Amino acid sequence: MQNLRYEAPETLADATALLAAEDGMARVLAGGTDVIVQMHSDLIEPDLIVDVKNIPELTEIAKEGGAYRFGAAVSGKTLMLHEDFNKTWPGVMDGVRLIGSLQIRGRASVGGNLCNASPAADSVPPMIAAGAVASVIGPNGARDIPVEDIVTGPGQTCLDKSEIVVSFLLPERPPRSGDAYLRFTPRTEMDIAVVGAGVNLTLDDDGACTAARVALAAVAPTPLLVAEAADALIGTKVDETALEALAAAASAACNPIDDKRGTVEYRIKVAGVLARRAAAIALERAGKNQ
Amino acid sequence: MGMKPSPYATKIPYEEKDNKVVGGRPNPADRSDAIDKVTGRARYAADYNLPGQLIGKVLRSPHAHAIVKSIDTSEAEKLPGVKAVVTRDDFPDMEVEHAASGELMVNFRDVTRNMMAREKALYDGHPVAAVAALSESIAKEAMKLIKVDYEVLPHVIDVRDAMKDDAPLLHEELFTKGAGIEPDPSKKSNIATRMESKLGDIEEGFKQADFIVEHESNTKAAHQGYIEPQASVANFTEGGTIEVYTGTQGHHVFRAQIAKLLKMDISKIKVVPAELGGGFGGKNNVYLEPLAAQLSRKANRPVKMVMTRDEVFRATGPTSGTNCKVRMGCTRDGRITAAQAELNYQAGAFPGSSLPLASITVFTRYDLENVLVVGHDVVCNRPKVAAYRAPGAPMIAFAVETAIDDLARQCGMDPIDFRLKNAAKQGTQTHFGPPLGQIGYMETLEAAKASPHMNEPLGPNQGRGIASGFWFTIGNDTSATINISEDGTASLIFGTVDVTGGMRSAFAMIVAEELGIPFEKVRTQVGDTSALGFNFMTAGSRGTAAGSMAVVKATRDAIHRACEIAARKWEVETDQVVWENGHARPASANVGDFEPLSLAQLCKEATWFGGTIAGHAEINVAMGGPGFGTHLVDVDVDRQTGLVKVLRYSIFQDAGKAVYPAFIEGQFQGGAVQGIGMALNEEYIYSDKGTMENPGFLDYRVPVASDVPMINTHIVEVPNPDHPYGVRGIGEVPIIPPLAAISNAIHDAVGVRLLDHPMSPPKVLKAIDEAAPAQAAE
Repeated sequence: MQNLRYEAPETLADATALLAAEDGMARVLAGGTDVIVQMHSDLIEPDLIVDVKNIPELTEIAKEGGAYRFGAAVSGKTLMLHEDFNKTWPGVMDGVRLIGSLQIRGRASVGGNLCNASPAADSVPPMIAAGAVASVIGPNGARDIPVEDIVTGPGQTCLDKSEIVVSFLLPERPPRSGDAYLRFTPRTEMDIAVVGAGVNLTLDDDGACTAARVALAAVAPTPLLVAEAADALIGTKVDETALEALAAAASAACNPIDDKRGTVEYRIKVAGVLARRAAAIALERAGKNQ
Repeated sequence: MGMKPSPYATKIPYEEKDNKVVGGRPNPADRSDAIDKVTGRARYAADYNLPGQLIGKVLRSPHAHAIVKSIDTSEAEKLPGVKAVVTRDDFPDMEVEHAASGELMVNFRDVTRNMMAREKALYDGHPVAAVAALSESIAKEAMKLIKVDYEVLPHVIDVRDAMKDDAPLLHEELFTKGAGIEPDPSKKSNIATRMESKLGDIEEGFKQADFIVEHESNTKAAHQGYIEPQASVANFTEGGTIEVYTGTQGHHVFRAQIAKLLKMDISKIKVVPAELGGGFGGKNNVYLEPLAAQLSRKANRPVKMVMTRDEVFRATGPTSGTNCKVRMGCTRDGRITAAQAELNYQAGAFPGSSLPLASITVFTRYDLENVLVVGHDVVCNRPKVAAYRAPGAPMIAFAVETAIDDLARQCGMDPIDFRLKNAAKQGTQTHFGPPLGQIGYMETLEAAKASPHMNEPLGPNQGRGIASGFWFTIGNDTSATINISEDGTASLIFGTVDVTGGMRSAFAMIVAEELGIPFEKVRTQVGDTSALGFNFMTAGSRGTAAGSMAVVKATRDAIHRACEIAARKWEVETDQVVWENGHARPASANVGDFEPLSLAQLCKEATWFGGTIAGHAEINVAMGGPGFGTHLVDVDVDRQTGLVKVLRYSIFQDAGKAVYPAFIEGQFQGGAVQGIGMALNEEYIYSDKGTMENPGFLDYRVPVASDVPMINTHIVEVPNPDHPYGVRGIGEVPIIPPLAAISNAIHDAVGVRLLDHPMSPPKVLKAIDEAAPAQAAE
């Protein structure tokens, strides 16, 4: 680490050029709540740090028609202070609010949370459930990637080493939509999800579920989008039977490991419990969003 | 503890009087350490820097158990910027020699091997070399260049596995010693010691029992979790003296240990205790100090060493993991007739767990006729255990206090009434030695019974648990000096390191009370080893209890000197002068009609009348004034996730007489929070290779503030008869009951009995699911 180079470019082109030109280990720095910690604990020894917080596209929150776009480096706290975004995507914000602690959220970003590529990242399942799409840029141009396709394994993404996530697009909300995210940790904060479950659903005028997406955290090598769990809700009134089926489908989708944070048996069971509880909250929120 | 009661030890009888300052609640901002800690001015060990200092780092074994065949440091020494490297070859070997180090005993043969591996690396994180360099990054680079040739051996982590006949052996020379081991064993073992203590006839006791309960508990090692990692700066001068700035609970003891390990005269070493960022027993042992000193000697420059959190977890002593078996019997009407326990305690890599202390506490709060306690001190491939707040007691209380709960249930008795029926009182014979003196255990139970907490309603899946604990108060060597400044203000120097942060204020209150001057006019500080006579560690709940005995004696010595000045001025005898309300006064009208003289006035005259006013004390304080506490806890159990939430928590503890009540309440709360964390989530987790999997606060889950409710405290006051202010040690008792109290509350909430620590969500959920069919059938 004796020759660490720090750069803070102001344009996307400069950022991707710096990354492309680096032969050694490069790391993109937004809030730094993962990168700096990993450096301190000698897990990584980067040769180049590219701080992206000075690039406007990464730090803005804007409406595009009915949809929301926010920069990948926007801090959790900045999102928390955005009243309308909180009202529109309470489930995404459930996840954001669970990242680290108040101090950490002052720095940490959703983009960083995603690109750290932990299967337990708290903002990722509700972003997947929301149908968020990441806008990615590299030396060879831009591409859009659904959030669920970004993480390919623990600590690994589908991004090229010179690509960065610029922003996220969250689709326009139909009326009577609601989302929610719950995670299980032994502690109330400063903890990593043992299991996480995000549910996003839309109801019709009769209260029947017309669309749903369900995503799980910490139960597989990557965050999971579970179509079977969503299918358990679609076409139902999200009643007891549907919730039972949802829980069963969520548990069935799990492919967890035994580790210091939880057992296989425990994670499978609690994934169903949390999916069910998250769906109940999403349902209540959808009912209020006429 | 290794200390026999001395007939020359100091006791001062309790003086019942109305205090003006002691027992009050000064403005928290006047707590002398408070503002500096909040603003960041307080100087912890890592805040000390000396000109020209180097940074030292430790190379640690990645193996749980390995022969260290060779260490080649030549490449590291060649790296530019590296100024010194030390290994086992740089430290003299030590003979077997035992000494007290806080509440636990140490053996210098093992201390030198623990700070730097010799023949073998005995745990993941065991130091094998240390480097001093111009910067941390150079030191780290140098460590990569050190070649250590290990022969990896089979390892053993669990205490039950380590006790097995075919377990891998840690020490070639270890044969089990102790009670009931006759003839001397011929087979080597990981069981270092067997202990036994008894009272009455245990078999007869069980014959009298109508109900018998058997509990077997298992607990994982738990760390003290102090926020400040170990840090030391050492300066070994060409003149052959050493200065060490370090985080310690006992600078005099550290000084003696450094002298021993480096074969130096004690007086050549000065240890300066820094502000302490938590110790809880974990800073009773040297780790970095001798390494920094020896690196400094080799490099001819000061050396600073600071542990990372990873190093703190892997290489400093946690408390013992344990296996405990308890069997207790009682009559139908709730009288305990027999109490038996087996304590199997991990010592870590070297003998010397908290077993000797834990075995004293097993049943000590009950008045029993028939007791048998057996214990084993067992080595295994873990860091050598250290003291942790009431060392060893929470774990055996986990087994005993849950058994008490089950016995009460079998008798159909309320758990508080059951305890009251069997409670120890003055004169109760203990199973380990002397009968108990004046104690306040029953008073804590009565206070719990009468508390509003008992009337709080509980919802579904919520339960209430109760448990009690006992801990002693040690005395030992204690020194203090008080200097009265020219303006009549007081400056106290004491030597019981202020591990709690409240001791300085408590002593200031006592000095103010004795001198009759305002609290704000007293400055108190911890002196370094050159300022005072020997002080034993702040351990065994002795800090305020023993420390204040020396403070009272030193202050009274200064008062005597002040009276002497007044007597010389008035041309009367010193015993014709009394000290009242901050003034020297004639003892009676017969002495003469003199205007009382204040301390400030006397200071002005001091030079003429013989010299400055000061007082000092160097005493061995008698052990005494044990503490008892009872905890009540309400929990909510999530039947679907196994999450246990603490809803309500109340502590009732005998503090003797409270000098500084807010500080005592803080100690009660802090101890309980550590106990709650230990009960629910804290544990050392090992891989199958014997390496620690969670050496950080992310996965070693101490509670965060939002995990615990406000903890209610109730100070019971039954004075310690051998202390002028009635003080008892209070810091350790509050960590003892939480494990058992929470297990009892979970049982009350959902009907399952947890004896496997920690009571983490997966274990609670599993227990609930396993009990569900039987519960449904009822």
